[in-house]
Amino acid sequence: MTTFTNIPKQIEEELSRRNFLRSAGMLVVSLSPLVTLPQTASAQTPAASPRAAGPYPDPNYKQLDSWIVIHDDNTATFYVGKTDCGQGTGTSFRQMMSDELDIAYNKTSLIMGSTDVTVDQGGSGGSDAIQTDGWPMRRVAAEARRVLLELASQRLGTPVDQLAVSDAVITVKADPSKKVTYGELVGGKRFNVALTGNNVDATTGVAKVKTVQELKFVGQSLPRYDIPPKVDGSLKWAVDVKASGMVHARNVKPPVAGAKLISIDESSVRGLPAFVKVVSKGNYVAVVCEREEQAINASRQLKVNWEKPATAPFPASEDLFKYMRSAKPTSVGRPVEVGNADAALAGAAKVIEAEYDVPFQGHTAISPAHAMADPSNGQMTIYSNDMKSYGMRNGVAQFLGIPREQVRVVWMEGPQGYGRTAADDAGFEAAFLAKELGRPVRVQWMRQEETAWDTKGPAFTFKMRGGLDAQGNLVAYDYDSQACDYNHVGYNEADTVLIAQLMGIRKATPNAGGGDRPSDMYAIPNRRMATQVVSLPLIWETPLRTGNLRDPNGPQVTFAAESFIDELAAAAKADPVEFRLRLLNASTADDAQFKRARSIACVKAAAAAYGWDTRPSPKPVGSGNILTGRGIAYSFRSQTVVAEIAEVEVNRKTGHVWVKRLVCAHDCGLVINPQSLRGTVECGMLHSVSRTLHEEVTFDTEKVTSTDWTSHPTLTHMDAPAKIDVVLVNGDPNPNRPDLPHYGAGETTCKPTLAAIANAIYDATGVRLRRVPFRDARVLAALKAAGV
Amino acid sequence: MSKITLKVNGGTHTLDIDPSTPLLYILRNDLGLQGPRFGCGLGQCGACTVLINGVATRSCITATSAVKSEVTTLEGLAKNGVLHPLQQAWIDEQVPQCGFCQNGQIMTAKALLDKTPNPTDAQIREGMARTLCRCMTYYRIQAAIRRAANVKAGVKAANGPAMVTEVVA
Repeated sequence: MTTFTNIPKQIEEELSRRNFLRSAGMLVVSLSPLVTLPQTASAQTPAASPRAAGPYPDPNYKQLDSWIVIHDDNTATFYVGKTDCGQGTGTSFRQMMSDELDIAYNKTSLIMGSTDVTVDQGGSGGSDAIQTDGWPMRRVAAEARRVLLELASQRLGTPVDQLAVSDAVITVKADPSKKVTYGELVGGKRFNVALTGNNVDATTGVAKVKTVQELKFVGQSLPRYDIPPKVDGSLKWAVDVKASGMVHARNVKPPVAGAKLISIDESSVRGLPAFVKVVSKGNYVAVVCEREEQAINASRQLKVNWEKPATAPFPASEDLFKYMRSAKPTSVGRPVEVGNADAALAGAAKVIEAEYDVPFQGHTAISPAHAMADPSNGQMTIYSNDMKSYGMRNGVAQFLGIPREQVRVVWMEGPQGYGRTAADDAGFEAAFLAKELGRPVRVQWMRQEETAWDTKGPAFTFKMRGGLDAQGNLVAYDYDSQACDYNHVGYNEADTVLIAQLMGIRKATPNAGGGDRPSDMYAIPNRRMATQVVSLPLIWETPLRTGNLRDPNGPQVTFAAESFIDELAAAAKADPVEFRLRLLNASTADDAQFKRARSIACVKAAAAAYGWDTRPSPKPVGSGNILTGRGIAYSFRSQTVVAEIAEVEVNRKTGHVWVKRLVCAHDCGLVINPQSLRGTVECGMLHSVSRTLHEEVTFDTEKVTSTDWTSHPTLTHMDAPAKIDVVLVNGDPNPNRPDLPHYGAGETTCKPTLAAIANAIYDATGVRLRRVPFRDARVLAALKAAGV
Repeated sequence: MSKITLKVNGGTHTLDIDPSTPLLYILRNDLGLQGPRFGCGLGQCGACTVLINGVATRSCITATSAVKSEVTTLEGLAKNGVLHPLQQAWIDEQVPQCGFCQNGQIMTAKALLDKTPNPTDAQIREGMARTLCRCMTYYRIQAAIRRAANVKAGVKAANGPAMVTEVVA
């Protein structure tokens, strides 16, 4: 086996595994020339294949066989209930499990996220793949190693403590010629070992995991196994799945939010080539044709009569923040309070106030939503890139009113998810249409449909007040935020997914949505942080439906919080790094010293890597067209801390901002794969650079108007920084601890970037930008208004 | 419907299709070449890029009837089982995150390097400017293009993209 596991190998292993696990008859796999066999199944041979026949009971997480299979050739396949959003978590899982099992990394492979063959670990989300789900993976692999040693002990007639194991070969310490391989012990057979644990996260055997010092593959920059098939074109993605008799569907969305379907003139498309059917229910409309381009044409030509709503569904985007500030909250969070902020503000030597705004921002994935659903054999199989495939299975079963054992979701790679595919509309639509037609149906959204109607990160407004004493110490801090987030869509909920909404289904109690607070570790004696959620007039069937977008609220909140800290530092005439360190070093009675120590380590590491020159911001405005500056911001997410420094060039003639250099000091505890982590960190920062400079959902009072890559610009190659430095600060104060934990890394870096850039622009120009995105025109207007 | 002959990746295919069909759907659905991908259908993102007569072309807005020269897709870049230097550079630099757009990135870079074997950083940025990546792998893509250009020019491979400092405190 090679280092790079490709999908065909996985199919082979998967099929052979299921064959012996089910002890069923011979498994026949047929591959017809124009049928792409998906990663884990042959939907074309339901009669012959026990896998495709269904039903699909849940793999039992309390059985070792559900997690690990040892093959005759002394290789292993791991089965985990996770999906990957592009960060290469699969490689890291293999590193962790290979270490615990004591087998060479390149003798292992990994299957992820398909509901009928992997235990339900929830798919992806919350940056918890390594932090949370890595633990049961390590423990079950350690248990498999323990069981194999027991078996070897019996086989070799030698006590376990007199055996050694290396690379899947167990030898007698006293006589290394006596040995047995894992494959010889259990290859092609079941372990039949029960595990314990009240939930999948707690799954464990009796074996202990290794200490950090015993791990060999963990900590190495092994190349991601998924990359070669992604660059040679051999990987089969969810968009690539085909099946015999499959038809193509395209949706026809209401032209304005809240429109009601009055009538459909099917004769407008009936004569088109290979037309199959118009399917509609409530306000959901789809056109189905034999070929993809025909479905696209038909969806454009279908005549539908819609009735506009009587009242405007939302204010226009230019009026959004005014609307939000005057809206009555749908919920008010209980403020987090330390000391008495109001009293301290009243007694402060200097009070600073500022308001910040962040608009709705979309996922706008590079590929619109897509899925293929196959109703063969009375079951429903959905081929999907849904990051929460298990949730989709449950949601679709509920939506269609069929037992969940009849539904399986085969997870395959797709465009970056970051929350979009946790509310995966296309999978539900494909399943609904497949049930209606009794044929496999592939659904793909179009670009304008996706950009207009995907889920949105909530818009936020913030009002901040801070009080400095006569020495420039921050003694009072008041944070008040409003999130436009009412009826935030859930994860693959049968009553909030868009097709359900369009069909008239309403969740009895809309999701409340969430406010959010800064996550810094500053010790401020008097602090209040208040949150409110507000609602737009229209909450159902709206393109402005909010959902989780990569660290759902962190970029917005940290933009305000870390911009404001910079404003306070400037008011105190203090260096931005020193001001932060002073707040992190201030005496306090709270119990956050561990997090605070790691914060200090990261801020210092970032400043050192950048070569930070200690001085207050702004610096004197230069005389040329290009003004340069640097800014810092830092944040926590769960147990992971980052400090980022942005260096910018601001063109005073055009208002154009180039983030020329980025530095990130990153502490997520034990690093599994440094190279993979660096890629994640770089791209997480750049995702937020795009959100800082370019991205905004615009809308008039009836529809979204940012619908393609012209009206909804994104970061491009022109924006790439000249230099990115990533400093991995494994900042546990005691790195030799045997249980140094591994924390999450998928989202934290997205948080501070916006403020770091805003602070750098301020340093360069003396102009404070308090509303993202910093598009050229907005920056230029601000520079002109300030006389820069 | 009419008969159209397409040369793709060294092979010749005769198809009975609506000639106005964008090339993308013919490649993906009739010829099973799924390297090129649908991203926007508007010629804006580049995920569908193929080479036609060496020119990076957006197959989602190119009518099949307009294709007069040989088409090369991502699947056609490797020769005799050896990856193209750009593909190898993509692996060496560990470029992709999700990887969905990388077909367009690699094919656009191929056209760029074929025309400009030793591009400056500005030429790389400008040459790649209209090929979008929503995982924002731009920094590594540019490093991979420099690496591939160096490899083709016989220059010793450059170091990784980032000046990475590991501080194990």
